[in-house]
Amino acid sequence: MRAVSALLIAALASGCSGNQSALDPHGAPAMHVEHLIIGIIAICTVVWVLVMATLGVALLRGRRAGADNAKHEARLTMTVVAAVAATVAIIAGVTIASFYTTRNIGVPESAALTITVRGQQWWWQVFYAGAGAAPGFQTANEIHIPIRTDVHLRLESLDVIHSFWVPSLAGKQDLVPGRSNSVLLRAEKSGVYRGQCAEFCGLQHSHMAIMVVAEAPADYDRWAASQGGDAMTPADPDAAAGRAAFLAKPCAACHTVRGTPANGTTGPDLTHIGGRRTIAAGLMETTRGSLAAWIADPQTLKPGNNMPMVPLTSAELQNISAYMESLK
Amino acid sequence: MTGRDGSDSRDTAFNDAELDRRLASVWSTPPGLWGILSTVDHKIIGRRYITTAFVFLALGGFLSLLMRLQLAQPEARFIGPDRYNQIFTMHGTNMMFLFAVPVMQAMAVYLVPLMVGTRNIAFPRLNAFSYWIYLAGGLLLWLAFVLDAGPDIGWFAYVPLSGPQYAAGKRADIWAQMITFTEVSALAVAVEIVVTVFKQRAPGMSLDRIPLFVWSMLVTSFLVILAMPAIVIASTSLILDRLVETHFFNPAEGGDVLLWQHLFWFFGHPEVYIIFLPAVGMVSSIVATFTRRPVFGYLAMVMAIIATGVLAFGLWVHHMFVAGLPRLGQSFFTASSMAIAVPAGLQIFCWLATMWAGRPIFKTPFLFVIGFVVTFVIGGLTGVMVASVPFDTQVHDTYFVVAHFHYVLIGGAVFPLLGAAYYWFPKLTGRMMSETLGRWVFGLIFAGFNLTFFPMHILGLRGMPRRIYTYQPEMPWSALNMFISLSAIILALGFLLFFVDAIRSARSGAAAPSNPWGASTLEWATSSPPPPYNFARLPVVGSLEPLSDHSDDLPVAAGLRVDRRELLVSSVVEAIPEARESSSGDSIWPLWAALATSATLIWSIFTPWAVVWGSIPVAIALIGWFWPKGVPEDES
Amino acid sequence: MGAENRLTERTVANPTSALAAGALLLLVGVGGLLGWLRQPRELRLDPPAAADLDRFRPMPNGISGTPPQSYFALGKPYETDAYNLSQGKRLYAWFGCAACHGDGRGGAGPSLVDGWWLYGPEMVSIVASIRDGRPHGMPAFHGRMTIEQIWQLAGYVQTIGSYTPKIAAPSRNDDKHTRPAENRGPAIILFDEGPVGPEPGPSP
Repeated sequence: MRAVSALLIAALASGCSGNQSALDPHGAPAMHVEHLIIGIIAICTVVWVLVMATLGVALLRGRRAGADNAKHEARLTMTVVAAVAATVAIIAGVTIASFYTTRNIGVPESAALTITVRGQQWWWQVFYAGAGAAPGFQTANEIHIPIRTDVHLRLESLDVIHSFWVPSLAGKQDLVPGRSNSVLLRAEKSGVYRGQCAEFCGLQHSHMAIMVVAEAPADYDRWAASQGGDAMTPADPDAAAGRAAFLAKPCAACHTVRGTPANGTTGPDLTHIGGRRTIAAGLMETTRGSLAAWIADPQTLKPGNNMPMVPLTSAELQNISAYMESLK
Repeated sequence: MTGRDGSDSRDTAFNDAELDRRLASVWSTPPGLWGILSTVDHKIIGRRYITTAFVFLALGGFLSLLMRLQLAQPEARFIGPDRYNQIFTMHGTNMMFLFAVPVMQAMAVYLVPLMVGTRNIAFPRLNAFSYWIYLAGGLLLWLAFVLDAGPDIGWFAYVPLSGPQYAAGKRADIWAQMITFTEVSALAVAVEIVVTVFKQRAPGMSLDRIPLFVWSMLVTSFLVILAMPAIVIASTSLILDRLVETHFFNPAEGGDVLLWQHLFWFFGHPEVYIIFLPAVGMVSSIVATFTRRPVFGYLAMVMAIIATGVLAFGLWVHHMFVAGLPRLGQSFFTASSMAIAVPAGLQIFCWLATMWAGRPIFKTPFLFVIGFVVTFVIGGLTGVMVASVPFDTQVHDTYFVVAHFHYVLIGGAVFPLLGAAYYWFPKLTGRMMSETLGRWVFGLIFAGFNLTFFPMHILGLRGMPRRIYTYQPEMPWSALNMFISLSAIILALGFLLFFVDAIRSARSGAAAPSNPWGASTLEWATSSPPPPYNFARLPVVGSLEPLSDHSDDLPVAAGLRVDRRELLVSSVVEAIPEARESSSGDSIWPLWAALATSATLIWSIFTPWAVVWGSIPVAIALIGWFWPKGVPEDES
Repeated sequence: MGAENRLTERTVANPTSALAAGALLLLVGVGGLLGWLRQPRELRLDPPAAADLDRFRPMPNGISGTPPQSYFALGKPYETDAYNLSQGKRLYAWFGCAACHGDGRGGAGPSLVDGWWLYGPEMVSIVASIRDGRPHGMPAFHGRMTIEQIWQLAGYVQTIGSYTPKIAAPSRNDDKHTRPAENRGPAIILFDEGPVGPEPGPSP
């Protein structure tokens, strides 16, 4: 216990070590909350130290025989009353600070960008609405947002309750079937911020991550334009063979690749999968090798997920992986 | 006492030795299997209850070690996701429903009748029934787990994950039905405690002379009576949704997913205080004894206990801060959740004042109380943190919360319980636990606990969610997780040593005198362990601390009959004797009733017709139970 | 309160601890004894076992037949295991079965609950129907589903129209209620409607 405060301070100081940390905020909502967190922890640490000091003295102090008992009790009563009053004051202060922070992290009336995130067992389906001439599009497990812009996320669920949580940008909010929740997302500087489902949602709750890519508005616009387009037809012969195999095998029954006959809706949209940073909801970096490993045996990498193990020859596997990788 | 003087069946007619002999023949449980199965002695049932609850503690602790083994390394494959989900569900369900609540109630079953100076608990056969039902519920859950059909939906069982569409098989049904078992047993005990405290107190023990432990159990029992119906409704609705297609939680048919969370937490939050308030009573008893003075601010303590009990029903929504509820409602629940820190703080200050003014004796039970203050204050302060909505949006469902509630439940309830075990062990078994081993137990558990759970605060703030069976190597959590897993071994060793000490001492510990600690409440006025009738002559209480005011010559009440089980009924406020009431004898019917009820409940998981056919054996058992005895119930 | 009280109490205390020990032994003993009854949920089927599922032998007329030996060795999981049945139910929705068969009571395709199995109620028949398709509009799914999924779906389809409800049958979905759930069967309660949909296929 002696090291408690030291540990805590060390932890707070080293908050920048991860990209999924409430103590490493890069967006206004998360920063407001971080200030509140540090403030409350500091107050509570002081309270705890004071109580412990009192405990220590109470237990170890020397005892004089024949002290004036009535006077002693009265003084104790005064002290306890004062301590309770101090508790009330501290509690009231913390409550008010909490109310102010709540006001600062609410979703504004009009946000520049609204994105719909729909949770499913165990991945995130993401819908961008079209703006003007640009068509709307669907993607999965990766959200791109322009920096220094308020982004309104509409959270829905298709099956069970999930919770959207990207700690560096904002606090979490549940995705509840039959309801639509909102959260404000905002990044102050560009970067990739990892988030993870925070409400227990079944077998693969552990592997349900989401990446939020914050980039300069110009980069964001370029990305959004490219996402709206159909998939490229591969020039590479391996990838072309992979495309044919993909369409002939059960893959196309569950996945959509826009611009091809593949229009399944059960699994994630794969139109631009090669351009995403990770596959299988943050399980692995997107490389041809990891794609092949995933397609070959999804139930070993993520037991219980809804992607079946499709029997493929090694050539088919290689080609399909090459095709997936080419879908930038 | 009014009564027919000169009757030779009254205790006034006998000297001490003859009285003991006669009372023993009336109150003793017959030896042998029949006696074991049919006893209604609150002490035997209480010991049985406590032992069973500690067995479940050991089993639940074993599960937590399995989880720590799996989490020690990233992407470990000791346990797959399916089994891991069962394990953490079992750990939570087992610890909350089969250990924490029952063990607190079990301590009350044993101690409250002794502390209020009566001969048996109210409704003794209901007491026997509640134990059998509890045992059946525990066996159901654990057998299902052994068969790989353990619930895998979390101890909170949120729909729709636990509902008909997403929880295949009987796993969720078993969970929900196990809840029914523990509900029934907890409600039964709560009713017994309330009636015992209100109507069976020794003459003169007016409301302001009740020991704090009894006060805390009284308030706890009211919490049980008021909170359990919510979970009865919740688990029954869930079973109906799953088995007979009702639509309580189906949004497509007008049901609501969040309804479950409201119902569950309307029970689930008071549940925390159902576990914590008895600990308040235990700490007060131990502090008073080991500082050689009464607890500072008796009235303030009682008021704080009652205030905690009332406020406990006003904060359930803080478990749902990220579910998307209206802002105004959240603000209200932030305020109420913060407010409960005030009575909790008051209790802490009163104990500190007691220690300040008293002369502490550092025996094992008192060491656990010190450990309790150190850790529970942390748990309480992190409770203030998670009561704040913005703070909670970052730490909800992370390891920060895991750390928080283990600080509250282990620091706030298990530490006092272990202290209480050392403190009341002589009264339970007639033998002392080892002081040397006790210090080791305290040291290991205190160090192991803090090393295990404190780092979890940091893990949570650094983004580690709860209920994940593994995490990826690139996350910066591996080192702390390994540290936690290693620390858990220290904690486990501490508990192991405790069990060794308890078993060894129960068989061959030093014999205990009737009042080994020099305590001042009534349970220490009788021998260790007490005779089957508790008190040969019922004590009369003239103060809050009857034993320290009359250390040698406790006044007694006389006039009870000794040719049948009889106890004294007194008035609620002043405890003025009102009547002599017969107390029921041993009976096998509670066991039959429990078996019939268990069979019906388990069968109903498979077909709704079980409720129809199962009601027949239940009815037969109840008819046998309530068959008139042909003796007058009471004599005023 | 003399020593004799202590004695009486001690005789009671011993059976109590014996009882506790007995309860523990019972728990462990029964648990161990029934260990072989365990039903672990198999999330990943080994590729050879999955390949073998393709090797069932239907009768020449396409009705009934023999499942592969390995299916029995696995313990007939697609008929008895609640998890597989519920996965089958999800596949029923995901692969658009409802487009023709509705909620099971048929539509463009035949009803699955009217007690009239065109090709018999055996698993092999249903698997063959799904995998290879049937005349009059039932498409073949072998290019769209893996064989394991086909068995899961077949097990579920058999549950919809079973004459006695299975313990492991799935319950209702969180959808609009259109007919009693599979575990509330038997489907015979819906038989009064008689065969629905187009003319039955060629009678064997």
